[in-house]
Amino acid sequence: MNKPLLGLLLGGILGVFDGLTAWFTPEVRPFIIGIVIGSTFKGMIAGVAAGWFARKVHSVPAGIVFGFAVGLLLAFAVAAMPSETGEHYYFEIMLPGSVLGAVVGWATQKYGQPAAAAQAA
Amino acid sequence: MWLSDETVGRLQQIGTEPDLAGTKYRPVRELARGGMGTVWIAHDEELDREVALKVLRPELSTPEAAARMVREAKIVAALEHPGIIPVHDVGSLRDGRVFYAMKLVRGTTLEQFRESGPTRAEALRAFVRICEAVAFAHAHGVVHRDLKPGNVMVGPFGEVLVVDWGVAKLLRDAPQTISPSPPHDEHQTRDGTVVGTPGYMAPEQERGEISLVDERSDVFALGAILRFLLGEAPAPPPLASILGRAMHAQPESRYPGASTLADDVVRFLDGLPVSAHRESHLERLARWATRHRTLLSLIAAYLMARFLVFLWIDR
Repeated sequence: MNKPLLGLLLGGILGVFDGLTAWFTPEVRPFIIGIVIGSTFKGMIAGVAAGWFARKVHSVPAGIVFGFAVGLLLAFAVAAMPSETGEHYYFEIMLPGSVLGAVVGWATQKYGQPAAAAQAA
Repeated sequence: MWLSDETVGRLQQIGTEPDLAGTKYRPVRELARGGMGTVWIAHDEELDREVALKVLRPELSTPEAAARMVREAKIVAALEHPGIIPVHDVGSLRDGRVFYAMKLVRGTTLEQFRESGPTRAEALRAFVRICEAVAFAHAHGVVHRDLKPGNVMVGPFGEVLVVDWGVAKLLRDAPQTISPSPPHDEHQTRDGTVVGTPGYMAPEQERGEISLVDERSDVFALGAILRFLLGEAPAPPPLASILGRAMHAQPESRYPGASTLADDVVRFLDGLPVSAHRESHLERLARWATRHRTLLSLIAAYLMARFLVFLWIDR
């Protein structure tokens, strides 16, 4: 499996679980489906970006930092959109989202076929 | 007449210096003395470079010793490997003594390498390179028989060279290119002769059972070198098991060759299970956690982040 595809799948899966944690917050529980879908897409985009980066740069620390930064940026974009109650959840979305980006950044550096191997296969 | 210490020293050097007239070498200074020969740093006048010249000691200058020296040179010359010192030339002096020229290694012995305080990983990586050189010799039917820290040189760039193949044994399946006098090597050591260095030679070598000496005897010596490199600090269980298997009293219970020993050490370095050690569930878990500590740290960071978010919401 190539690195961007690995990032896409892993980011999506982690995004689903991250979105599902909203269930533990009663006030947003009615909107959980929308949250899970949004979180999944956010994870997939971060994963593809981290996978693309891993093909270009072979460094675990750099991958983690890149994943963190992309996760933070995407989470900020989501948090910047007001909720149905008009509130912004910057801290609640950006903190876990950035760490998940770092996890995907690490995984795409450690696993998945590099570009040359993927082409040869 | 009084002579200064410097003059006495110079006269002593001249007295022991080999007469290299008629060769392309000029002696520079003595480097080391071994059981069979003296190693000199010499200058190759043709190629304008320094080489190490091993010259048979005058008191050992017999036809048998000369044949042994030529045999050693042939064996080493046939083993072309980055971990084995290359032989450039072989010849004889005007007094009939045999010599051979080899690459001059400007490094330290393994003893000095250990004293320089390498990390365990650095020491293990150097050990793997020793194993690779010995495994190459085994693949060509040659057993070193005197592996010890003094016979391993570490170069300035971390390269490792196995030296002093003077008592090497040719196995029956050695290729014809290495066998100096096929089909029977008349200079092979007879049963009952003890060859090796105490503390590094295998039990079968100590008993003088020459016919039983094979690759596994070198594996024992490699185990002793590994123990030397690891020092006094207690080794982790997998590494202790590797040592135990390499240095087992029974040859059949040891690793079959240097390459399988190296494989286990590499697996240990990579955080993988080793063949010599049956690990408990707890050890397996600890090894997995060590190997994936970055992932575990990130998961812990995520859980911590989630926990902080919950605290933030409930404030």
